[in-house]
Amino acid sequence: MSTVTTTPNITDPDGFYAKLIDMHDGLSDDDSAALNARLILVLANHIGDRSVLDEAMEIAQKTG
Amino acid sequence: MFEDRYSLAFKLYPYERSVDQDADSPVRHPVVIMGGGPIGVATALDLGLQGIPVVVLDDHEGIGMGSRAICFAKRCLEVADRYGCGEPMLDKGVVWNVGKVFHKEGQVYEFNLLPEEGHKYPAFINLQQPYFEKFIVDRVREAQAKGAPIELRGKNRVDSITEFDDYVELEITTPDGGYKIQADWLIGADGASSPLRGMMGLDFEGRVFQDSFLIADIKMKGELEFPTERWFWFEPSHGSGASTLLHKQPDDTWRIDFQIGWDVDRKEEMKEENIRRRLDAFLGDVEYEMVWSSIYTFQCKRMDQFRHGRVMFAGDAAHQVSPFGARGANSGMQDVDNLGWKLGMVIRGDAPETLLDTYSEERVHGADENILNSTRATDFITPKSKASHIFRNAVLSLAGDHEFARPLVNSGRLSVPCTYDGLSLNGPDELVGGPNRTRVGSSCPDAPLGDGYLLSSLGNGFQILTIDTDAPDEVTEDRVTAKRVAVSAKDDPSGALSERYLGKASSAVYLIRPDQHVAARWDHFDEDAIRAAIRTACGKGA
Repeated sequence: MSTVTTTPNITDPDGFYAKLIDMHDGLSDDDSAALNARLILVLANHIGDRSVLDEAMEIAQKTG
Repeated sequence: MFEDRYSLAFKLYPYERSVDQDADSPVRHPVVIMGGGPIGVATALDLGLQGIPVVVLDDHEGIGMGSRAICFAKRCLEVADRYGCGEPMLDKGVVWNVGKVFHKEGQVYEFNLLPEEGHKYPAFINLQQPYFEKFIVDRVREAQAKGAPIELRGKNRVDSITEFDDYVELEITTPDGGYKIQADWLIGADGASSPLRGMMGLDFEGRVFQDSFLIADIKMKGELEFPTERWFWFEPSHGSGASTLLHKQPDDTWRIDFQIGWDVDRKEEMKEENIRRRLDAFLGDVEYEMVWSSIYTFQCKRMDQFRHGRVMFAGDAAHQVSPFGARGANSGMQDVDNLGWKLGMVIRGDAPETLLDTYSEERVHGADENILNSTRATDFITPKSKASHIFRNAVLSLAGDHEFARPLVNSGRLSVPCTYDGLSLNGPDELVGGPNRTRVGSSCPDAPLGDGYLLSSLGNGFQILTIDTDAPDEVTEDRVTAKRVAVSAKDDPSGALSERYLGKASSAVYLIRPDQHVAARWDHFDEDAIRAAIRTACGKGA
């Protein structure tokens, strides 16, 4: 069973973050939320492994 | 007629009548610099140490009050070291490695920068700007005593300029009245609001950020030991601003920056009782004395070109960034580093005037990198949309328990030297297996060498750095001489020299520019290749 990676794994984190934020420029709150939902689904499909996805969802739920 | 716009920390160049004021016709100087701040004076020092006569004009008589640029990065200190004034900065400055990030009521995480070993200078020091400037002026005085042709003229305000094909005429006001001088080359180092830029009607484009920052410098009273750390607080729950930054400075002084919003009554905010209200909320039950305070706003802008005929712009006059990441004074010193040797070669007739266009090319590249980084930090600290705010807080909420989120936290990416990737002075990069960090265009990283450091033996002229391979003592190509600096990987038992300059290669030949940037590199000496690379690096084509 794989586990979710929680150590830094994104190349060019600043560039990635800037692009992530720029995607939302000019969108309404609903459109932003929908964009995020689509993005999560695309990424989830890429990950595929249910155990990893389950763990990621738990981390997100427990934080904040 | 001569009202000071600010009070002085050090009065270092009081007005003195110059012989130029009694001349029958305007006296011509090779170089005149507008602005006696750190960038103007450092440029004068670079040129003066090359033996080129230079006059600095400033409308005040010394260095302004206030800590202002407090964070000086390694590369900036290395440039100062090349000019002979880095060590007093290091001695006076505060070195820190531990930083803490807070959000709302509490700490999110703590980090240690774990600096890389084997460098003469640390990643950065905290030092009040007036000290930084004073050490440069002290070095100018020392150089003058040994004959360096540098003149600092206080209370000399330039009111207008006239540009001609091969010189610029300046009209100057002094407490004794007006006079004119002429300059073969004029450098505008006259700050963010550059009067020279205005006189020439030049554009300054970019983004204005709608926020204000209140700076307070304080001294703690009593026995309280505050740690030497950098604290960055996002949305502090104590309500003293949208973000708060705490930094240690020399003289037991602390610098606190409060982000207080755009629509503020500056006069009201600057009242001591109101500053104390914010400080008390942040610091809790602590006794302190207020040293200095100020409110600033910022912009991310740059000029389209830094060279306009006989006029070059440097430092804040040419580009402005947000304060996050300490890229203002640090990038200004890299301008000086870049401009000094090029202008020197052009004045001596060793390189064509077009070499000065590459000053603009390379430093515009540097300015863009700095603006990009400081804009990203600003957008993280001050989210510009609701979605951006949600993501920012999501990052902060994950960063405490999950290490992956920490590289996304951006309270300023500290200034690292600019690499001139793919620009026109670069020669071939033919060192197979050579490290990426010393690729062509990079500034040379320091490394231990015997009892000292590598960078102490590099710079000021062209050099051929050979590592475990042969080369002649010098090569002269069209008036430009590159002298050999021969080292061996064995000179550094720590292995840093080899790791930084050889990588997988067993020998290397680097052509190094006077500003310690890599012009070209190979695994062995090839005379034709070196000659061509010297020509390229001097803007003469291959």
